[in-house]
Amino acid sequence: MAKIKIDREKCKGCLLCVSVCPKGLITQAEKLNKKGVKPAQFSRRAISSEGGTPLKAGKKGGACLGCSLCAVICPDCCIEVWK
Amino acid sequence: MANKKILISGNEAIAEGALAAGCSFYAGYPITPQNEIIAYMASQMPERGGVFVQAESELAAINMVFGASATGARAMTSSSSPGISLKQEGISYLAGAQLPAVIVNIMRAGPGLGNIWPAQSDYFQATRSGGHGDYHCIVLAFASVQEAYDMMQLAFDLADKYRNPVIILGDGLLGQMMEPIVAKRISPIVYRSNKQKKWALTGCKGRKPNIIRSLYMSQDALEKSNFSLQAKYQKIKKSEERYEGWFLDDAKIILVAHGSMARIAKGAVKALRDKGKRIGLIRPITLWPFPAKIFRQLVMENKKLTFLAVEMSFGQMVEDVRLSVNGKVPVKFFGRSGGAVLTAEEIIREVNKLE
Amino acid sequence: MIKKINNHPKSLRKIPTHYCAGCGHGLAHRLIAEVVDELGIREKVIAIAPVGCAVVAYDYWDFDCSEAAHGRALAVATAIKRVRPDNIVFTYQGDGDLAAIGTNETIHAANRGENLTVIFINNAVYGMTGGQMAPTTLLQQKTATTPKGRDQKLHGYPLKISEILALLPGVKYIERVSLHSPQEITKAKRAIKQAFTNQIEGLGFSLVEVLSSCPTYWGLSPNQALSWMREVMVKEFPLGRIK
Repeated sequence: MAKIKIDREKCKGCLLCVSVCPKGLITQAEKLNKKGVKPAQFSRRAISSEGGTPLKAGKKGGACLGCSLCAVICPDCCIEVWK
Repeated sequence: MANKKILISGNEAIAEGALAAGCSFYAGYPITPQNEIIAYMASQMPERGGVFVQAESELAAINMVFGASATGARAMTSSSSPGISLKQEGISYLAGAQLPAVIVNIMRAGPGLGNIWPAQSDYFQATRSGGHGDYHCIVLAFASVQEAYDMMQLAFDLADKYRNPVIILGDGLLGQMMEPIVAKRISPIVYRSNKQKKWALTGCKGRKPNIIRSLYMSQDALEKSNFSLQAKYQKIKKSEERYEGWFLDDAKIILVAHGSMARIAKGAVKALRDKGKRIGLIRPITLWPFPAKIFRQLVMENKKLTFLAVEMSFGQMVEDVRLSVNGKVPVKFFGRSGGAVLTAEEIIREVNKLE
Repeated sequence: MIKKINNHPKSLRKIPTHYCAGCGHGLAHRLIAEVVDELGIREKVIAIAPVGCAVVAYDYWDFDCSEAAHGRALAVATAIKRVRPDNIVFTYQGDGDLAAIGTNETIHAANRGENLTVIFINNAVYGMTGGQMAPTTLLQQKTATTPKGRDQKLHGYPLKISEILALLPGVKYIERVSLHSPQEITKAKRAIKQAFTNQIEGLGFSLVEVLSSCPTYWGLSPNQALSWMREVMVKEFPLGRIK
């Protein structure tokens, strides 16, 4: 059981974390943050990159591995990883 | 630390005086007529426990001085006119970051490559802030080899006191001239403690990190910083004016000259005094701040004075004389340039034309 | 019970940076801060920030820092290290700073074998001033001053300063790394750590060239920018140990 926490106010919305998550657990939020950008958000359930349709955990993505790739690539230190 | 009488050139006296004042870092790039300074530093600085670097350019040299000064070391560089033009970038940064440093300019004739003969035509560049921005360097001018030696102590002390770059303005004549001087032979260099320089970069052990910067992104922050610079300059103006006066009490004509021109002017004053002429001399020692007070005072006391500025240029310091007397009495100018040195006879002829 | 496994580096202040979304500077700052923490040298470090986008790097790092005029970082660093050899001194310089206006200072500090660490950020463009051609801009790359693309007949070739420096006997270590994927970022950190370790051990001039993205002035999204680095930039600037 692992998880990440994204600082949505610090996030600049570059979405590099979205591209590296092996489980597809990071998406772009619909709601703007105070900077006026749509930040990255973590969801425990995988979301397909095409239509935003939620997939069942364990199928495409499954649960967060705590691999930290998102935190490694985040240029703004917005992601905390728990494992 | 016994005093010692030595025969030495002006350039070597500058280097020796700097070492005696605790200068522990020198970076420079060769240029005539000041090469004796860099050679003296190359041989003596490492011997006495300091750091000498022959830089790849004047730009690198002044920025090395910036770095050394940022750590709290007493640091200097030297050059001559074209090289000093290159150093202006770094001097502006030193002023903006409020770092102490000593920059020696043994002037040669310009503009451009000019020639290697003595001149005083960098007066404007030195006293008007030669680089970009609203700033001033303290500018000191010596007129003998002994004074060159002694002035280095003053230069480093003023630089540290005000956290400000100090320019020593000499010319090729003074740099090359040899005279006997009394020097304190100090070895190794006596380092001044960094403890007074709480702003210095030494690693942030036991304190918050220090930052050396001249960059202030917002208008407010930069204006605030510039206000504090201006306040400092006012303080310097108030307390650091220096000059040498000669026969000022009864003079009707007063020559104004600095550096080697002042020595030659003294010869003229002496000859004219011998003939009963009421003539005197003011030799500004601080060129910035210009010793305006003595001029104002003399003009208040005597409305019939005439000043004659003599310079190895086509008229630079004379502007400061005019600003100081503010139109109350006549200010005349006599000068030559391009490496020509005025003789006492030429000055006497010019004085005789005044009456 | 799960535990937090990544910590904000102590040497990096917890404030937002002014960098654009996806800019590599934030990453490079973090890697340096992590290395400084891991080596336990925060209290000995003196950094020299450049002129360019990273001009206020000292607002982000939490250790002693100096500014330097554009291109002069290695002159400033030379003096700091010579006067205080026990401190760990590094410069952080962009391609314009290190390989255009400061080429002279760079080559001579390297040639003197100064015991310094240099982190050289190559993003093939001038960011701070609005996306003009850098010495490292690729052929055909469009910038504000090469609107039709860099043409070698007019603008010369991308300058490979690391390869030039590697020829100098005074240079101990040069490696080119990239920030285009988590794997490469990990390698970049290893190289940065090596460059600092070399200085601690007194081995001499060490430089890490970090290929970094500038999505804003490449006209790409942050993800496209990383793809461009992976597919185009590393072909011109091959990764790995150069010396």
